[in-house]
Amino acid sequence: MKLRRVVVTGLGALTPIGNNLKDYWEGLKDGVTGAAPITHFDASKFKTQFACELKDFNINDFIDRKVTRRLDKFSQYAVVASDEAIKDSSLDLETIDKSRVGVIWGAGIGGLETFQDEVLNFSKGDGTPKFNPFFIPKMIADIAPAHISMRNGFMGPNYTTVSACASSANALIDAFNYIRLGMCDVVVSGGSEAAVTMAGMGGFNAMHALSTRNDSPETASRPFDADRDGFVLGEGAGALVLEEYEYAKARGAKIYCEIGGGGLSSDAYHLTAPHPEGIGVIAVMQNCLKDAGISPEEVDHINTHGTSTPLGDVAELKAISTVFGEHAKDININSTKSMTGHLLGAAGAIEAIASILTLVDGIVPPTINHTTMDDRIDAGLNLTLNNAQKRDVKVAMSNTFGFGGHNACVLFRKIEE
Amino acid sequence: MSDIASRVKAIIVDKLGVDENEVVAEASFTNDLGADSLDTVELIMEFEKEFDIQIPDDQAENIATVGQAIQYIESAK
Repeated sequence: MKLRRVVVTGLGALTPIGNNLKDYWEGLKDGVTGAAPITHFDASKFKTQFACELKDFNINDFIDRKVTRRLDKFSQYAVVASDEAIKDSSLDLETIDKSRVGVIWGAGIGGLETFQDEVLNFSKGDGTPKFNPFFIPKMIADIAPAHISMRNGFMGPNYTTVSACASSANALIDAFNYIRLGMCDVVVSGGSEAAVTMAGMGGFNAMHALSTRNDSPETASRPFDADRDGFVLGEGAGALVLEEYEYAKARGAKIYCEIGGGGLSSDAYHLTAPHPEGIGVIAVMQNCLKDAGISPEEVDHINTHGTSTPLGDVAELKAISTVFGEHAKDININSTKSMTGHLLGAAGAIEAIASILTLVDGIVPPTINHTTMDDRIDAGLNLTLNNAQKRDVKVAMSNTFGFGGHNACVLFRKIEE
Repeated sequence: MSDIASRVKAIIVDKLGVDENEVVAEASFTNDLGADSLDTVELIMEFEKEFDIQIPDDQAENIATVGQAIQYIESAK
């Protein structure tokens, strides 16, 4: 069976460094930090008191109040980003066959704040259950794509992928597969997360996963730097409209790039620690290259998972050197988490968007906050430190790895006739 | 308008996002004010909380309009 080609025709972003696609991309190129003291709740007793929250964002500027109160923040963010991506794609919702349009979304957790608030409310009572009827349908991780489909009438495949920080890369790969197998013509994909809550910060702090650089939040996310001490939690959403190539061409759509391939693997090793030899990470990049039918030497850019944790960053770069050999030194490697923080289930989506815009614009956003080389990292690698670099990128890869050892890698390439 | 009636109406306006003028005694939550089954459950819960009363499920089923809600709460207080 001949596989169909899949292209990206719409993008939407709601991030800690920009509330729309244009501002997100400008922020990335300029090396803007999204980290600041937490405003969502009183974090004064928490080990980490900062995060990458959305800035100047009011959901009621985007959707009706009647609708918003039925949605946890992670669904609200999903609606805002997907609205932007669908608009950007110029799809004519009046005329397309909506039974051929799916929504495959990624979320690492789901409605954590809703869950937290309902349980807190219950615990204040005398044990009589008084749960809000919207508790479950706000909290469940699958509900974000349900809202996107109800809002737009899309009646194709619809679900959420859950693989922690790899969730939205898994969603993109599923979307890519549905289209290339002929089961859909269009899929709205992406991911969203809203875990900057007491439960989220407390839980990640307990794992010692977060940076505690409270005296300098803006420099806390410092992937590859010798003094990195954990990731910075972020929130937001990214959305991508994926479309079958001929379908997109026939309607004269603007095409950002082609999805070349996707790779998946598992570490089968530990709850949270990366495999010391990076076996799963090596496999996921090799699987992705194989799926795309591309040789390692053709890859120009890698947007790493690069969360700014002591172990993870080293393991990923070692794996890149293993997969790409000497060519690793010619690749523009970066971690945009240095700016956005770690959006968990939305990371794969916003970093896919960063990779795509890098490819379209020929500018590689920087890995900011780097001051000191880590002697466990090969100094010959180009980590795009502190300043954006111009680069004619024809092939870009985006890595994401989730707690539990889930690895996903997506490859984007310039469109060729 | 009684104190109870104004508090009931305020809850309905807040939860259903409707205009105050629409919240008349005869208005049905589902047919006139756009509520679905989950909204009506939430409204009953809010009435219970606001007025510190218990509304059993079999009674809640009979509260379909603004007027019925006010009447029930007035008799329960």
